[in-house]
Amino acid sequence: MQEKLILIGNGMAGIRTLEELLKLEPERYQITVFGAEPHPNYNRIMLSPVLAGEKTLNDIILNDRDWYAENHIQLITGDPVVRIDRTRREVVTQSGASAHYDRLLLATGSNPFIIPIPGHDKQGVIGFRDIADVEAMLSAAQTHAKAVVIGGGLLGLEAANGLLKNGMDVTVVHLLDSLMERQLDKPASALLKTSLEERGLHFMMEAQTAEILGDERVTGVRFADGAELAADLVVMAVGIRPNIQLAQAAGIHCERGIVVNDTLQTFDPRVYAVGECVQHRQTCYGLVAPLFDQAKVAANHLANLGIARYEGSVTSTKLKVTGIDLFSVGDFNEAEGDETLVLQDPGAGVYKKLVLRDDKIKGAVLYGDTLDGAWYFQLMREGSSITDFRHTILFGQHDLGDAGHGDETRVAALGNEAEICGCNGVCKGEIVDAIVKKGLFTLEEVRAHTKASSSCGSCTGLVESILASTVGQGYTAAPSKKPLCGCTEYSHDEIIQAIKQHQLKDMDVVRQFCEWKTPDGCATCRPALNYYLLANWPGEYQDDAQSRFINERAHGNIQKDGTYSVVPRMFGGLCSPADLRAIADACEKYDVPEMKVTGGQRIDLFGVKKADLPAMWKDLSTAGLVSGHAYGKALRTVKTCAGKNWCRFGTQDSTGLGVQLEQMTWGSWMPHKFKMAVSGCPRNCAEATIKDFGVVCVDSGYELHVGGNGGIKVRVTDLLCKVETEQQVLEYSAAFIQKYREEARYLERTAPWVERVGLQYVKDALFDQTQREALHERFLYSQQFAQIDPWKERAEGAEKHEFEKIEIAA
Amino acid sequence: MNNWIPIAALHEIPQLGARVVKTDTQDIALFRTKNDQIFAVKDQCPHRQGPLSQGIVHENSVTCPLHNWKIDLTTGEAQGPDEGCVATYSTKVEEGMVYLALDAESGI
Ligand code: SRM
Ligand SMILES: Cc1cc2nc3c(=O)[nH]c(=O)nc-3n(C[C@H](O)[C@H](O)[C@H](O)COP(=O)(O)OP(=O)(O)OC[C@H]3O[C@@H](n4cnc5c(N)ncnc54)[C@H](O)[C@@H]3O)c2cc1C
Ligand code: SF4
Ligand code: FES
Repeated sequence: MQEKLILIGNGMAGIRTLEELLKLEPERYQITVFGAEPHPNYNRIMLSPVLAGEKTLNDIILNDRDWYAENHIQLITGDPVVRIDRTRREVVTQSGASAHYDRLLLATGSNPFIIPIPGHDKQGVIGFRDIADVEAMLSAAQTHAKAVVIGGGLLGLEAANGLLKNGMDVTVVHLLDSLMERQLDKPASALLKTSLEERGLHFMMEAQTAEILGDERVTGVRFADGAELAADLVVMAVGIRPNIQLAQAAGIHCERGIVVNDTLQTFDPRVYAVGECVQHRQTCYGLVAPLFDQAKVAANHLANLGIARYEGSVTSTKLKVTGIDLFSVGDFNEAEGDETLVLQDPGAGVYKKLVLRDDKIKGAVLYGDTLDGAWYFQLMREGSSITDFRHTILFGQHDLGDAGHGDETRVAALGNEAEICGCNGVCKGEIVDAIVKKGLFTLEEVRAHTKASSSCGSCTGLVESILASTVGQGYTAAPSKKPLCGCTEYSHDEIIQAIKQHQLKDMDVVRQFCEWKTPDGCATCRPALNYYLLANWPGEYQDDAQSRFINERAHGNIQKDGTYSVVPRMFGGLCSPADLRAIADACEKYDVPEMKVTGGQRIDLFGVKKADLPAMWKDLSTAGLVSGHAYGKALRTVKTCAGKNWCRFGTQDSTGLGVQLEQMTWGSWMPHKFKMAVSGCPRNCAEATIKDFGVVCVDSGYELHVGGNGGIKVRVTDLLCKVETEQQVLEYSAAFIQKYREEARYLERTAPWVERVGLQYVKDALFDQTQREALHERFLYSQQFAQIDPWKERAEGAEKHEFEKIEIAA
Repeated sequence: MNNWIPIAALHEIPQLGARVVKTDTQDIALFRTKNDQIFAVKDQCPHRQGPLSQGIVHENSVTCPLHNWKIDLTTGEAQGPDEGCVATYSTKVEEGMVYLALDAESGI
């Protein structure tokens, strides 16, 4: 029989514990959750952005009601538990319902502290804790003008910022002489105050509130020195108190919070507690990171595994006011014997301070540039000595100035253990792992898989940088010496080698030879093998449509709604009125919702229904237009500039040369996309120096550049050589392409390929006349079989099944 | 008590490929594996409604073209860490003809 588990408190810590528990022991308990609030579990942290109008309530729901249903959890909302009967093992709610438990989990959070001054119970005096408070503030903002926020800490400032954004005139009243004194030192606090003042907040420092004025509703605030301030809304944000009444009334030992041991057990062994209501080793926490640590441990014990211990947490702080970057951790007010490193750049609004003892970090305050917070935090937790890089530590982990990739390179340099998401305790290694193994491409996917950046969101930038640095390196599932995929132990290089050396010409044969563990391979290896065979045995190997990604199978880019985009080729970016007319006609005929000039100098027709593709292609092909392969690991575009024919600076016919290049190369399949450009002079209007193969015309000939790309990680080309004639340009480009086609790994673009094999290696091959000519020849040979317009073929009926649905009545 | 509807000849569905069957209310993806088993699931990935029929088929699974979720065609369940399920339908092949029964077996 399943045991019964009851959770009191449908909040962040409690539900996280259940999530962890379900991962370990999904079947063990029959679970019931009681929540005082009428909502499913939401991200309380995000109340600040909701108040500021940057998010909606819907955005911040963490577990919707379906989640509870799917996990067979009974959820009772809007009905607080009012009594725990430990002898009968029963809880009783306000409405009189009761339920039995075998184990009980308390996660009742905390309550905002309301200073018990006269008038504190008037209408319009609230805390900042839940959705109801936010709703009250938002509605006050609609009908009233003046707000006073008591408390200049994290919560108070976020409330004040939100109310300000809602058009209220806001004054923050603070007892001490500097804001966020527990998280900031004085200089950082002063910077913060200045920038909040610039936004329009008012401050009254060193002011002690003595009374709330008004009849039924608040009209103002009086201070200890007699001064008064008018107010229609008073938000008290002076601290929180663990919510322990229920536990206390049930006789469970409490001090400031519900006292728990290292397994999150209270003095009653059947009762566990997690979250802000808890006091562990004399500490009560008010941030989610430690609560989530607790949740893991509590779940482990609820699952009867009994191996985890919670030993307390070190926390760091960030402020969620958009546009203000602030980070602090540890003990940042220096004591005797400490040393302080400070970097101050008032012009840029940057302030960084590290407090050191024995060359180890004790605390840090960062204002204006917080990227290295995670790194300092890690050095601090691990007690690392910073002696070796003490003189540069304030500049961050990595030198700046890396062509727009400051963040990314700095993140790339972080170790795998570096914590990225403080809320959920996710470190870099886990994120990278998830991206690589699960093929993640978007922030949302990373959030879904790792939970990084899914709580307060302040690490979003870091997560995006990791995504960029991980995905950007060639978009590949194939780092060196790693198996191609889970189906085999052979690496890309070993497979390429085997195909050449042993003349393997068929996918099944390759799989057999390279000891595949799966009969058909998978979505990663099949496209790779198909490419390798095609590139090595042109004319012999029969392309396998079912091993191609849908874009290459349907010869268009699949859109998020399942329609396709169509991009006809415009050689060298040139087009005629007739081309444009044909495109325009096709657009009208097939109801194309949007046309766009692409970044590749041609026209994209978006939103074409799959079934219309063949007919539309037929029309385009009749007008002489062929596929632009905008969807393929193939030759994409050859961009050109105006060149000698028109431009006053043009040195050669860049347009004509571009057209020739595209005519020679279109239709060829590549390990990855391949782009070219020809610029008529070093002004380089065609951006030839960030292309896979770029030509820059000069008076005396043509500079050839290789291995560049734009995209996620920009790489400027390397100069290959200079040649004198158009014929040489064609020969070198074909030879370069062929070398790349024969040797690079599938999904490795020229930039990472050139970096891996080295420019010299490429030069050695291309400068050797025999090799160059042979490569050139092999390329032209394979083009005989490649330059068949796939659109025309399909317009004439090939692969019909791909485009036609079978219709049935049902 | 299946209501078998004839859909297509087996050879009209490519091996390791799929066809889309359009009914009045929805699209169903009909897959053919390497050893000529036929599976039918709703043509909508449980992740973000990607068209599963456009994915790459391997053994008894398909990989969704949009974000690479892998769906087990026998159960309709997403594999690996991903959680979700797509409705599956019964199929049979008799004398080279593929039949489909439209009462969903599982899923929604
Ligand atoms: C249509 C277009 C945007 C536009 O409207 O301008 C475009 C659209 C897409 N690009 Fe692009 N890229 C387009 C020009 C570019 C350019 C500019 C250029 O070619 O000069 C770049 C930077 C240059 C470069 O590639 O080095 C560019 C860098 C990328 C990248 C990053 C590549 C990299 O190596 O980092 C990707 C991702 C990828 O390929 O995996 C990408 C991928 C995509 C995909 C295919 C995303 C996808 O997988 O679905 C987009 C398809 C949209 C669609 O549904 O049709 N697109 N993309 C451009 C088509 C050009 C064309 O005529 O074929
Ligand atoms: C505006 C705001 C901004 C914040 N920003 C940050 C931040 O940037 N970073 C950060 O780390 N933390 C932040 N926090 C703190 C963080 O939200 C809390 O630490 C966390 O939510 C505490 O989780 P919990 O489960 O202990 O309590 P809660 O999330 O408060 O959950 C407790 C739940 O129990 C319910 N409950 C109480 N008593 C009963 C009862 N008798 N019966 C039934 N239900 C009951 C309550 O209604 C509540 O829903 C912020 C908090 C607020 C309010
Ligand atoms: S930049 Fe390219 S990939 Fe990104 S949204 Fe635009 S078209 Fe799509
Ligand atoms: S829609 Fe199928 S994986 Fe995203």
